[in-house]
Amino acid sequence: MKKNYTMLEWIKQPWPWYIAGPLIGLTVPALLLLGNKSFGISSSLRHVCAACIPSKIPFFQYDWKKEIWNLFFVGGILIGGIIAAQLLANPEPIQVNAKLSAELATYGVTNYESIIPKDLFAWSELLTARGIFMMVIGGLMVGFGTRYAGGCTSGHAIMGLSNLQWPSLVATCCFMAGGFFMTNLILPYILKL
Amino acid sequence: MSAKDITYSEKPFTAHQNNTDYEVRSQNAMCVNESKLDKPLSSNIKYGLLGILFGIVFVKAEIISWFRIQEMFRLQSFHMYGVIGSAVVVGMISVLLIKRYNAKSIEGEKINLESKKFNKWQIYGGLLFGFGWAITGACPGPLFAQIGTGASVIIVTLLSAIAGTWVYGRFRTSLPH
Repeated sequence: MKKNYTMLEWIKQPWPWYIAGPLIGLTVPALLLLGNKSFGISSSLRHVCAACIPSKIPFFQYDWKKEIWNLFFVGGILIGGIIAAQLLANPEPIQVNAKLSAELATYGVTNYESIIPKDLFAWSELLTARGIFMMVIGGLMVGFGTRYAGGCTSGHAIMGLSNLQWPSLVATCCFMAGGFFMTNLILPYILKL
Repeated sequence: MSAKDITYSEKPFTAHQNNTDYEVRSQNAMCVNESKLDKPLSSNIKYGLLGILFGIVFVKAEIISWFRIQEMFRLQSFHMYGVIGSAVVVGMISVLLIKRYNAKSIEGEKINLESKKFNKWQIYGGLLFGFGWAITGACPGPLFAQIGTGASVIIVTLLSAIAGTWVYGRFRTSLPH
């Protein structure tokens, strides 16, 4: 069958891992070659604290302006999200594994319009017990955990492993172990709330 | 080590009475191999452009999708393993080449990579981040992209993550490291 997709239609489909993964991997040399910067995103949260709410805490007493590239980078990610959603959006519902959708249906999660489930992440859900877990407590764990671990998926799993750092391998294994534990043993109870 | 000394011996910036700026910033994995060159703010635009490309990949490959993260932690899809695995392989080869050929940045500086230090409390931090990752379906980078796609409520998650970082900073000295 002759494919008569336009380039744009082709780009609008979800991209496969073998396109996305190498592109993300190339961010590592791109940042190093552009300006000797090590890939890492969770540090941006620390810079926001240092810039906005340092509160005389020694951990936030540094010249955050020297790290401003990191804030430009995450600002870019936000703009990239806007561009992808406005210009390159996939009109089809999100495809998920049938087992997952069957399980999610039991928690009342049935909306697949958006890659972020609207049944769970919405302003109307925010003040429910489930919403507080999903958005507030989850966020606190991400912020506290990444700093205690010294990095997140980008700084440890991608940058650290690329540079063959064994502490990053340990950290990555812990991220995964924590994720498996939460998803399979605890999250079902939170989703039932 | 020597590169660091050269960079900082000239003009140590004192941000806090007992800490040099370098010491504070190097706590806990931060990019401390900063440039000595005096550059205008606009020189950061290139990082913004790279961030835009990165954000588009995040959204289009559905890496920022809560559903994809659930599939990953339930072993129901290879997608995220493929993304992270191939990203690491490409990153590793790139770093190897950069070291092998002593590559310089486009500004002519020698590229230096910091080593990560280990302490066993990273294990607990890592597990805690893993819990948060599974619940929110996002690491710090995807939070920004999610907000960009129009999920405005994720601002609450991002502010919570900033609050979590602040709480860590506040209690850092009383936490075991």
